[in-house]
Amino acid sequence: MVSAMLLMPAYSVAAAIASLWNKQAFESKDLEGAMQGMQFPLETPVGDIQITAPDRAENGAVVQVEVTSRIPNTESIAILVSKNPTPLIANFLFSNGAQPFVVTRIKMAETDDVQAIIKAGDQYFKASKRVEVLADGCN
Amino acid sequence: MDMKIANDIKMRAVLKGDITEVKMLMTHPMETGRRKNDLDETVPAHFIQLLTATLNGKPVLEAQWGTGISKNPYLTFHLLGAKAGDTVAVTWHDNLGESGNAEIKIVAA
Repeated sequence: MVSAMLLMPAYSVAAAIASLWNKQAFESKDLEGAMQGMQFPLETPVGDIQITAPDRAENGAVVQVEVTSRIPNTESIAILVSKNPTPLIANFLFSNGAQPFVVTRIKMAETDDVQAIIKAGDQYFKASKRVEVLADGCN
Repeated sequence: MDMKIANDIKMRAVLKGDITEVKMLMTHPMETGRRKNDLDETVPAHFIQLLTATLNGKPVLEAQWGTGISKNPYLTFHLLGAKAGDTVAVTWHDNLGESGNAEIKIVAA
């Protein structure tokens, strides 16, 4: 579907993006709403997932986060921060040889856990990493 | 101040052993819609919602983003089974209908 979008005129690309982008989940102001919007179960077991992020971030505007899943058949990695104004930050979907690994930089409002939710088939797993945030980066 | 957005993407793709590491840095304001400017006006939300990457035209990564990705987004991902000379292409689309794209050939480390 995504590659087909490249062949579309601009107005239908916009419509296709609107349909792919999970508005309910990304605009939710609480973690529960974001999880429900993503159709994630509210309780997920801790899995073999490594999150690398600083213990302490001077500036919450730029917090580098690396997530590696060692769970077989990982399809996607979502990154959430509960105390952010909108907790769902990103969802990454892997295919055709892309490894279940991502490094990105996120905004954090205050000291909180960075959470990763992994989808593998019809199963979900999570991991979290505490980051102490000294300056709100979510303006 | 120049308010135009340069839709450029700095990108590299390096094959090390079995794994190709793709790194990219995009130029984008990633405005949340909550920030006030110097005139105390709210700056409208302006952020990348979708980024897709392909290897030789086949989709490998789809990233859906909210406003919590930092300004000038940074991304690294890994590909298994790609070869030197293969093409990695990326395209992003934001909430205001703007887009950016880039492609690069994989080089051996």
